[in-house]
Amino acid sequence: MRLSPDELVLWKIGAVELNATIVFTWALMGVLVLGSLFVTRHLSEKEARSNWQNLLEIVVTGIDQQIKDIGLEHSLKYLPFLGTLFLFVAASSLSSIIPMFEPPTGSLSTTVALAICVFVAVPLYGIKARGVAGYLKSYIEPTIIMLPFNIISEVSRTLALAVRLFGNMMSGAMIVGILISITPLLFPIVMTALGLLTGMVQAYIFSILATVYIAAATRNDQAPHPSIPTSEQSTNA
Amino acid sequence: MIIDWFTVGAQVLNFLVLVWLLKRFLYQPILNAIDKREKRIAESLADAANSKAQAAAERDRLQGKHDAFDKERADLLAKAVEAAQTERKRLIDAAHKAAEDLSDKQRKALASDAKALSAEISRRAETEVFAIARKALTDMADASLEERMSERFIAKLSELKGSAKTTLAKMLESTKEPVVLRSAFDLPSKQKAAIQKAITETFKHKIDLTFETAPEVVSGIEMMVGGQKLAWSLSDYLKSLESSVSALMKPDSMKESKVAHEGRS
Repeated sequence: MRLSPDELVLWKIGAVELNATIVFTWALMGVLVLGSLFVTRHLSEKEARSNWQNLLEIVVTGIDQQIKDIGLEHSLKYLPFLGTLFLFVAASSLSSIIPMFEPPTGSLSTTVALAICVFVAVPLYGIKARGVAGYLKSYIEPTIIMLPFNIISEVSRTLALAVRLFGNMMSGAMIVGILISITPLLFPIVMTALGLLTGMVQAYIFSILATVYIAAATRNDQAPHPSIPTSEQSTNA
Repeated sequence: MIIDWFTVGAQVLNFLVLVWLLKRFLYQPILNAIDKREKRIAESLADAANSKAQAAAERDRLQGKHDAFDKERADLLAKAVEAAQTERKRLIDAAHKAAEDLSDKQRKALASDAKALSAEISRRAETEVFAIARKALTDMADASLEERMSERFIAKLSELKGSAKTTLAKMLESTKEPVVLRSAFDLPSKQKAAIQKAITETFKHKIDLTFETAPEVVSGIEMMVGGQKLAWSLSDYLKSLESSVSALMKPDSMKESKVAHEGRS
């Protein structure tokens, strides 16, 4: 039994290998991009519009509103990154119901890649908003003694992001696989439905945590925003 | 190991590409469409607000105009009422004046008619009364009456005093015309002599008398000298009575007598 789709290598030349994770990722990217292209090709600027356009507008404005609720000003600056995080993880979770399709987020390589992206994006957005000195100063707040702890917190929360998502997605797929071999009919369906729910929750948690990290890095005042949980609270979620 | 670093790198790249692609084909078009729609809605709302403001301004303008019309109408109505009242008063005054004029005219006409009627009645009554009296006296006149009248004339001569007697005496002295003594009947000689004697004694000198008969004297004797007359006759009494009756028949006298009658009643 495969723990990760990385193990299914379809094509390999030297160190370069084309495994199932990458291929399924491309498939998801294709569905997302082509679906978006199909809907946005005939966008209506009037009140009357298609259901698909309504759906996409709800999704995009919903994500934008979530970013604003977390406390990020100029939410549109962060919308492509954070929105894509949510959509990719959510689409990956939803794809788990497709037979023979293994969600890319079930691969620790994918979740690590996403966590690395967040890990890099947070300081980039922080420096862009507060400057290099302002951002680095946040590591020695409230005192310089907190510097190692802040660095450890930065790394550990990135690791937690990756492992949490991977664990949930992989365990869900594993449980369904095991249950299919034991009780082939009803129980796997219920667990799959439960897996869809946990998958959507994980997508929400992953993108919200990323938003919180970015908000914490870009905030100008010392007092945390009421709606922003602390990094410790968020890592415990 | 379950982490394949090549796959990690590839997934990082895939994710960044997906971010760019979704930004290009999803977020931007959707946000643009929303922005344009919101802008159009905002323009519509602004247009609506503008139209509303214009409508409010127009409403205010029309309200002001309406108020001005109301005020003007009220003013015109007040003026019309005032003019109508003035005209009414003028017409009523004119009617009153015309009625008073007509009443005066009618009163005058009535008074004139009454006066004329009164005069006519008076005249006729007078004429009839005196005709009857004259006829009766004429019928009753005889020698003894003439004698009595002569005595009465002589008595009247003797009663003359003062300026009347002096004036008559002067005129009798200065006149060159004969002194005429008129009576209704031819006087007997005896009475003529008695009268001649009484005149001579009264005026202290001899006066020639000419005796004439005049039926209009009715019953009496009168002496004419230089425009002066000394007489006693029933005609004088009758004329005096006629004057009294005429005075009584005048409207003022009638009115006074009427008032006196009402006061008594």
